[in-house]
Amino acid sequence: MENRLVASSSPHLRAPETVQGIMFDVLTALFPVALAGVLLFGYSALITILLATFTAMLTEALVLRSKNIIGDGSAAVTGLLLALTLPPAPPWWLVVFGSLVAVLIGKHVFGGLGSNLFNPALVGRAVLTVSFAGHMTNWLAPGVDGVSAATPLAGGSASMLNMFTGTIPGSIGETSALALLLGALWLFYKGHISWHIPGSYIATVFVMGAINAGAGFAGVTAMMSAGLFQVMAGGLLLGAFYMATDYVTSPVTREGQVIFGVGLGIITMAIRFYGGYPEGVTFAILLMNGATPLIDNLTVPTKFGEVKA
Amino acid sequence: MIGRMVKTFKGGVHPGHFKSATAGKPTIPAEPPARVAILMQQHIGAPCEPLVDVGDLVKVGQKVGDSKGFVSVPVHASVSGKVVELKDYPHPVGRPAKAVVIESDGQNTWHESVKENPPLQELSADELKKIIREAGIAGMGGATFPTHVKLSPPPEKPIDTVIINGSECEPFLTADHRLMLERPEAVVFGLKVLMKVLGVEKGYIGVEDNKPDCLEALTEAAAGEPIEVKSLHTKYPQGAEKQLIHVFTGREVPSGGLPMDVGTVVQNAGTAAAIADAVQKGIPLVERIVTVTGPGVTAPANLQVKIGTLVSEVIAQCGGMKENARKLILGGPMMGLAQTTAEMPVIKGTSGILVLTDAEVDILEIKPCIRCARCVEVCPVNLMPLTIGSATEKGYLEKAEAFHAVDCIECGCCSYICPAKRPLTQWIRISKGEILARAKK
Repeated sequence: MENRLVASSSPHLRAPETVQGIMFDVLTALFPVALAGVLLFGYSALITILLATFTAMLTEALVLRSKNIIGDGSAAVTGLLLALTLPPAPPWWLVVFGSLVAVLIGKHVFGGLGSNLFNPALVGRAVLTVSFAGHMTNWLAPGVDGVSAATPLAGGSASMLNMFTGTIPGSIGETSALALLLGALWLFYKGHISWHIPGSYIATVFVMGAINAGAGFAGVTAMMSAGLFQVMAGGLLLGAFYMATDYVTSPVTREGQVIFGVGLGIITMAIRFYGGYPEGVTFAILLMNGATPLIDNLTVPTKFGEVKA
Repeated sequence: MIGRMVKTFKGGVHPGHFKSATAGKPTIPAEPPARVAILMQQHIGAPCEPLVDVGDLVKVGQKVGDSKGFVSVPVHASVSGKVVELKDYPHPVGRPAKAVVIESDGQNTWHESVKENPPLQELSADELKKIIREAGIAGMGGATFPTHVKLSPPPEKPIDTVIINGSECEPFLTADHRLMLERPEAVVFGLKVLMKVLGVEKGYIGVEDNKPDCLEALTEAAAGEPIEVKSLHTKYPQGAEKQLIHVFTGREVPSGGLPMDVGTVVQNAGTAAAIADAVQKGIPLVERIVTVTGPGVTAPANLQVKIGTLVSEVIAQCGGMKENARKLILGGPMMGLAQTTAEMPVIKGTSGILVLTDAEVDILEIKPCIRCARCVEVCPVNLMPLTIGSATEKGYLEKAEAFHAVDCIECGCCSYICPAKRPLTQWIRISKGEILARAKK
């Protein structure tokens, strides 16, 4: 009897939450986003999503020499997120290549889960954007007939309602604000994300968008709608709720998270207004990922009992 | 009307309470032990030397060990009978230590030194402090710091606030709950003694709001006294001394400092009741309430146990450990110490005997940190446990020190919340120990 007793350091109670559980919750949150993408853009979107996700999972299992392809679920999240940032009908090799880059270069070169400096899915997307600019901007109008069209940020026209439901040209998972908000609500409800990063990011984009319109004395309503346009356009909501909030690559203190979010907003808008690309979310997040260790060091919390005399 | 503390401390976690198995069970006296082992070290500070030898006859309340050190309190016989052995026993919080083993004569005859004191108003502060020291009273919440030392602040550190800690924030434990419910007047009297010793006009009692019955009983007992009973948020570690002081006074005990640095003294509810017994009846600390509980115990209970009774005997009275018992913990599940044997005596700080089973004891695989920051969020002393933990894991002691490992209060919140199941508290403890050991050199 006695020899059955085990000893370990306290605490002897642990919260039930696991890394795998969190990853599955993120996948759940992304489900409506992926579903909206498939409904809007059709069969090719579905193939892209499955291909990217499966490639990422397989790559990770091979790297880890693991027979369990599901693992902790983080590779599936990376693959799915990458797919959601891709245009609706990219060639199959582009999807596979992007997914490989995301998991190998974005994640495992740095030491695997928890050690990567940059968001793996966005590393994959950035490499594709720079290498295959034509394929990566081949936007289609929603619907099954696959007519090429310009995104709102690139000068295409779209009503606010269309931007909310997602019936506009764009990446598979970025067009439907409705689906993105639905999934984000789930993450808030589960306590996996807080307002700090998405809130400060979105607010900064809104304010900068409104002010930019206001430069020509556009009036309050016009300014509001210009701000709202910037928030709903492009990959902003997808980036703000699902990518900027990636634990591994964002600051750990609340203060740092707000600095991070504001920085994201400024860089995104700088690229949108002045950059060579119409959209700046990917590079904004990657740049701020790089600044995360610095932000963490600058925002070490004041310990309890720091002498104030 | 019971006052409510609106404020709470930063951080903390909400583990399940697990108190229902014993919260409603009145304290009952444990079966009288046939022999007891009185450990010579039951407090933080200088250990006692035995005052008796093999063959001596002793009575209940007789001093059997004492020390000349100031930070020390004597230990007393908890039964009457004959000293049969002086030998080393496993110790609940440290290495095996010397114990006086007494075989009970079953009579429980009180020693002559146990007699009523004059009423409180006739006793001076110094006399009260002496009574408290001679009664062997040390903090009964678990830390067992000698109480009279806390009551002897240097003159340049005047005390203006005394708080009785009745939060009992550790899951599973109900010893203080039962005490405050069954003997609220003793807690209140103990607080009055503390106030008199320290010359403080107003006293506070803080209880977590998951014990409304205690709040009511204490409020009634404190009626007409300059004492305020306050309801606290139920959140672990509400009862951590520095967090409690912050909640009550808004003051932060400086890093590395003591509560007296901010004019405050905190005592556990059990300690207050022990002080009342010592001052009113002259009874030294020879028994205490122990919550025997957990899924691995057949019949959980709150028992009034004589100090020196073996843990194994106490568990046996509660129907013994179940077949699937896997972990024996003295104290609560968040800060208590896991033991590999039950053949050790109950000491003054043993608030609970907790037995967990295979179902609760998972050997968890440690995963890489995903920097989710939950540990930063819950840390009540504003540390970055993830950073100190990883530094310790890699052997970077300087980095652990730079991130204030020594300020850790070892509450366990970071390990509790970590989804990657990293033993953060344990790692920080390792660094803390090494940093402090280096500093001593």
